[in-house]
Amino acid sequence: MVTEGLTRLATPPVNAALAVSGINALYGDSHVLHEVSFTLNSGRVLALLGRNGAGKTTCMSSIIGFLPPRDGEIRLFGETITRLSPEAISRKGIGFVPQGRRVFASLTVRENLDVARQSRAGVAVPWTLDRVCDLFPRLRERLHQHAGSLSGGEQQMLAIARALMGNPRVLLMDEPSEGLAPLIVTEVGRTIARLKEAGQSIVLVEQNLKLALDLADDVVMLNTGRVVFSGGVDEVRNNEALLTQHLGVF
Amino acid sequence: MQFWVIQTLNSLALGGLLFLLAAGFSLIFGLMRIANLTHGAYYMLGAYIGVSILKVIPNLWVAALLGGLTVAVFGGLVERFILRKLAGNELGQVLVTLGFAYIIADFCLVVWGGDPIPVPTPEGLDSPIEIAGFMFPAYRLAVVAIALATGVALYLLMERTRLGAMIRAGVDDMQMARAVGIPVSRLFTIVFCLGSALAGAGGILGGPIMSAYPGLDFDMLPLALIVVILGGVGSLIGAFVGSFIIGFVYTFGIALFPQFAYVILFLPMIVVIAFRPRGLFGRQVA
Repeated sequence: MVTEGLTRLATPPVNAALAVSGINALYGDSHVLHEVSFTLNSGRVLALLGRNGAGKTTCMSSIIGFLPPRDGEIRLFGETITRLSPEAISRKGIGFVPQGRRVFASLTVRENLDVARQSRAGVAVPWTLDRVCDLFPRLRERLHQHAGSLSGGEQQMLAIARALMGNPRVLLMDEPSEGLAPLIVTEVGRTIARLKEAGQSIVLVEQNLKLALDLADDVVMLNTGRVVFSGGVDEVRNNEALLTQHLGVF
Repeated sequence: MQFWVIQTLNSLALGGLLFLLAAGFSLIFGLMRIANLTHGAYYMLGAYIGVSILKVIPNLWVAALLGGLTVAVFGGLVERFILRKLAGNELGQVLVTLGFAYIIADFCLVVWGGDPIPVPTPEGLDSPIEIAGFMFPAYRLAVVAIALATGVALYLLMERTRLGAMIRAGVDDMQMARAVGIPVSRLFTIVFCLGSALAGAGGILGGPIMSAYPGLDFDMLPLALIVVILGGVGSLIGAFVGSFIIGFVYTFGIALFPQFAYVILFLPMIVVIAFRPRGLFGRQVA
């Protein structure tokens, strides 16, 4: 379904993990997001695609609370988180893997994980230091190293592991493959696939179209701050006209 | 020879007091990006409150503890109800913290008067002790020991506890610290109270050496600023090393070249900034 100027969702579906409804976001006078709406269903991966400057990262910033939307609403499992502080949003259960990784460079790997630890009621198998190290064995070898001294790929693993330590109900990942060697991209992709298998709900912003389409169940496309497509991944995969029009690839 | 030994000890004692002042200043600046220009006033307020406590409880250590706590409560209230509203407004913070410094100064003048008030040295530490043929004022040695113990305690707090790691994460990248659920606003209050407590306790502990007098605040504040700029903003080790460097430079500068005391004080700082803009132990902050 191609939707030009998607209207506000009156009632998000009941199994909605994250429902973004009609948000407008501004940097100063610059209106970046226009009435953006989409819904991430529980246990699914939603890829948020678009050209550079389309508003993907702004969208993430609005959800995590860095740039609270001027209006509209963001709900996490039905509970509004729209204008909470980033720490409150994190505590409600949003995990965030930011663009550029942003690990705490002067802290050790272990400290990076430790400060992000949050327990959450109702999580059957919570993430622990041990479990994230099982997921990323290279982090276990580097636990006592400063995060700033890790390679880009290791920092990305740490950024993902750090987000998992909060036992997030929804995980936001902003360009996790950016600037990584192809082998590491594959590894990161495998990790995201494993998280998905384990039932983790994920919003994935990704420039690597193949990676995004391989992982995603649903796709939302942004163009100049507006949702221009919202639908299943199969509707996108072979629709070159759509991809060319809004992503400018191929 | 006795001159050099005594001046060295004086330098160490001043360095110790400066550390108590600068450690909190540096942590507050590093985490909250607030140049808390009230910090010197907290030191002086601590000294005066200590003077009053000593009249009731004639024990310097108890006075330092209670005085530090009182100043901590005051600092915490200022942070919570005033500075918090000025987040990101640097000029507003400078104006408000400077304004508070003047208000505290006038308050002290009204309550404790304009004459310097000597603070008695605790019993047992009031006579010099002899080591290797040299006479050392025992209290100054005690001040150095307290500064060292405080330094070790702060180091353990910052480097070995989860709370300390959270504070350092906030210094590294505050926005990201919030995004992983670190309660940054609570940390602000904790760090502000801790810094204020150290400054206040430092004022009392410095009492037997410097006494309590009007102007003590703005005698100490520039020294703390220099220490933090020299050592590196937000760095505990920087504050420690910087405090003792400035303790030596200032003490020997005044003793040997009194007419150039401030040149000697500011020149090394200018040189350090020219070659290491983030200070000796500073690092890039996001």
